[in-house]
Amino acid sequence: MGITRRQLFGWMAAAGAGALAPGVAKAATGKHFSGYPESFGVLHDITHCIGCRKCEAACNEVNDLPAPDKPFDDLKVLQDKRQLNATAYTVVNRYQFESASGPLYVKTQCNHCLEPACASACFVKALRKDETGAVVYDASLCVGCRYCMIACPFQVPAYEYDKAFTPRVMKCTLCYPRIREGKLPGCVAACPKEALTFGKRDELIKEAQRRINRNPEKYVDHIYGQFEMGGTSWLYLSPRSFSSLGMREDLGDKAAPEYTSGALAVVPMAVTAGAVLLTGIYAIARRREQIAEDERQAAVAQTRAQAEEEMKQKLAEQKKAADKERESVVKREVEKALKEAEEQRAADKPAADDDSGKET
Amino acid sequence: MQQISASLKNAAKPSVWTPFNIVAGIIIAVGLVLTVIRFTGGLGAVTNLDHHTPWGLWIGFDLLCGVALAAGGYMTSAACYIFGLKRFHSAVRPAILTAFLGYALVVLALHYDVGRPWRLPYPIFYSQGTSSLLFEVALCVFLYLTVLFVEFTPAALEWLGLKRARNLVVRLVLVLTIFGVLLSTLHQSSLGALYLIAPSKLHPLWYSSYLALFFFVSSMFAGLSMVIFESTLSHRFLHHKMDEHHIEQSHGVAISFAKAASFIMVGYLFMQMIGLAADNDWHYLTTGWGAWYLVEMIGFVALPAFFFAVGSRERNLRLIRWTALWAVLGIVLNRLNVSLVAFNWQLPADQRYFPSWMEVGITLFIVTLGVVAYRFIATRMPIFYEHPDYKEQQEE
Amino acid sequence: MEQAFFTLQEFMTHTKAVVYLLMAAALIGLPLFWLFLTGRDEKKRTF
Ligand code: SF4
Ligand code: SF4
Repeated sequence: MGITRRQLFGWMAAAGAGALAPGVAKAATGKHFSGYPESFGVLHDITHCIGCRKCEAACNEVNDLPAPDKPFDDLKVLQDKRQLNATAYTVVNRYQFESASGPLYVKTQCNHCLEPACASACFVKALRKDETGAVVYDASLCVGCRYCMIACPFQVPAYEYDKAFTPRVMKCTLCYPRIREGKLPGCVAACPKEALTFGKRDELIKEAQRRINRNPEKYVDHIYGQFEMGGTSWLYLSPRSFSSLGMREDLGDKAAPEYTSGALAVVPMAVTAGAVLLTGIYAIARRREQIAEDERQAAVAQTRAQAEEEMKQKLAEQKKAADKERESVVKREVEKALKEAEEQRAADKPAADDDSGKET
Repeated sequence: MQQISASLKNAAKPSVWTPFNIVAGIIIAVGLVLTVIRFTGGLGAVTNLDHHTPWGLWIGFDLLCGVALAAGGYMTSAACYIFGLKRFHSAVRPAILTAFLGYALVVLALHYDVGRPWRLPYPIFYSQGTSSLLFEVALCVFLYLTVLFVEFTPAALEWLGLKRARNLVVRLVLVLTIFGVLLSTLHQSSLGALYLIAPSKLHPLWYSSYLALFFFVSSMFAGLSMVIFESTLSHRFLHHKMDEHHIEQSHGVAISFAKAASFIMVGYLFMQMIGLAADNDWHYLTTGWGAWYLVEMIGFVALPAFFFAVGSRERNLRLIRWTALWAVLGIVLNRLNVSLVAFNWQLPADQRYFPSWMEVGITLFIVTLGVVAYRFIATRMPIFYEHPDYKEQQEE
Repeated sequence: MEQAFFTLQEFMTHTKAVVYLLMAAALIGLPLFWLFLTGRDEKKRTF
C-alpha cells in the first residue's frame, strides 16, 4: 500500500480534516464497491470563488507546464469561455447572469471519478484510480489511442496533438506526488478565498451538507459530484443550477464501467459457447452430408443390384431361349441327320456321325 | 507473320500508363508525402482532431467501416465450411482476400491514428487493460488478422508452388474458420460496444445498450453486400482470371447472398425499433436528428432490403448489384453517424469536427493501397480460379 | 481468494483478465478435445 501512517497523519493535518478515523475498509467482496475508504477529494465552493486565477498559476507551476500566452494575472481572458487543453490542467470560467448580483466563477479540472470512465476505457492500464483518490496517468504505457478522451463524460483529458514522438494525455493529477509528500495540491494551497477545501471525501460531503443546511437560501441543494457518474472525488457547491454553469446534470448516477460490463461479460461466454455451437453445427452439417452420401451410395448400390438382377433374369431367359433353340436345333439337326442318314445309310455311314458330333 | 506476333506481344503487355495506374500513382504519391508530415509533425499537423473529437475520420471510416465491410470473409467461409453450403466455395477465396486486406489496412490506418504506433503491441503483450472494450477490439484485430493471414496463405503457397506447406495449412481450415467466425462476431460487436461508455456524448437515437448487437447484425449484411459488390467489380475488371466454376457459381452466390442480406436487414430494422422502444426514444424521431435517423433506416436499410428482395425473387442480377453498392453505402453512413455525426451532438456547430483534406488524403491513400494490393494478388494467385494441381482436392 | 477490491473498475480488470485466460484455454482445449473425441472415427477427409 505504499502509504505510511505518518504520511496519512500528515495529509490529515494538512487538510485540517480532524483526527484520523480508523480505516473502515469495507472490503468489497460482493458486487458493491464503495471506493477507497481513505481517499481524498476537494470541495469547490463556487460561492467563494473570485476568479483570481491563482489556482491556474499554481497548477502551471507545480506541474511544470509551459508558460501561457497571457500571464495569469491578466483577468481579461475570463471574457471567453475556455476549455482544458494540453497546456492547462485547470481553467476558471466566468458565468455572467442578468438577474444575479454578480458573475460566478467555476474552476474545472479532472474530477477524479470514483469509477473513472477514462481508466475503464484505457486498454493498457495507463490510467488508474489511486488509493489517495487521484486518477493518475502513466505516460510510459500510453499508446495514444485517445479512447480515454472519448470515454470521459467531463471532457477532461487533453492530448498533445502537435508532438510527433512523445504525445501524452494531459490532465490534472490531483497533485498526487505532492499528496504523497504530505502537501496540499497546488491549486488548493494557492487559493486565497478558501473556495477549495482538500480533505477526505467522506468528510467533505459532510462539510458540504453542513454548508447547505446552514445557508439553504445560498446554495442549491445538490452536491455536484456526490453521485454523478458513480461519484467523483472533486465536489462542487453552487448557488445556481449546475447546468447554468456549463456542468452537465444529465449524466446520471451510473458509474462508467457499469455501462460496459454487460457487453464485456457477454464476450468470453459467447466465444466459448460459440465454439461449441459452431462445432456442433459443423458436425451436423457434415453428418447430413455423410447421410446424404450414404443414401446416394445405397441408392446407387440398389439400382446396381436391381440392374444386375434384371440382367441375370434376362440372361437366364436368354439362356433358356437359347437352350430351347439349341435343343430344337439339335432335335431338328438330329432328325435331319437321321433322315439323311436313313437316306444315305446305304451309301455313306460316317457322315451322320460327324454331324451329330458337331451339334453337341 | 512476324509483325502480327510482335503486335500481339505488345497487346499482351499493356502500357503502365493506364488511367487506373495514373490515378492510383498520384494518390499514393500524395499519401506518402502526407505520411511523412504525419510522422514528423504529429497528429496535429494533418488532422482536425481536437479536444472534443479525439476520434475522426480514421477511426470512423478506416476502422469502423473497414472492419464492417471485411465481414464478407467470415460470412462466406462460415457458410461454406461450417454450414456446409458447398456451392459458395468459389466465393470464399475472394472474400477471404478482401477481409485479409481490409484488416491489414485497418491496422495500417491505426498506425497513423494512434499517438505512439510503435506501442500498438502493448495492450496484448505488455499491459493488458482488460476492462476496456478497446482491449477486446485490439485482441480480436490481432488474432483475426493472424487467422485471416493463415486462411489466405493457401492461395499464396499454391502460387509459389509450395505443396507440402499448402496441404498442411488446408488441413487447418476448419479450425481457422471457426476461430475466425468467433473472433469477428466478437469484434464486430465490440466495435459498437466501444461507444457504450459514452452515453452522454452519442445521440440517444444511435446510442443503445444494444449497440454491440446492432453493429454485429449490420456487419452481416454489410459483409454479404460487400461480397456481391466486389464480385461485380471483379467481373468487370478481372473476368479473364476466373474459371468456369467461379463464373457459374457466382450468379447463384449473388442471388443467395442478396436473399440473406435482405432478410437480415429486415430483422435489423425490427431490432432497431426494439432498441428505440427499450429506451423510449420515440420522441426524438420528430426532431432534425430523427429525420436523419430515418434517412439512414429507411433510405439505407429498408429500401435496399426491399430491392434485394425484388432482385433475388426476379433473379435480376443488375438490380442486386446496384443494391449491394447502396447497402454498402448505408453501412458507411451508419458507422459515420455513430462515430462522427451523432457523436458530440450537443456541441455547438462551430466546435464540431470536420475532417481536413489531409485526413481524407490518407484515407484515400490507404484505400488505394488496398485496391492495388487486391489487383496484384488477384491477377497472380489462384483467387478466382482453382489451381489445376489442387482441383481434385478442393472439389468434394 | 481473499482479495479486496475497492472499485468496480479494479474488480473488472482483474476478473476480465482471468476470464480472458479461461477463454483462451477453451479455444485451445476444445479443438484438442474434439480431436480426441473423433480420433477413432473412420478416417474421413475434413477439408
Ligand atoms: S473526470 Fe474524466 S479524466 Fe477525470 S477521472 Fe473522471 S473520467 Fe477520468
Ligand atoms: S490515450 Fe493513452 S491513456 Fe488514454 S486510453 Fe489510450 S492508452 Fe490509455
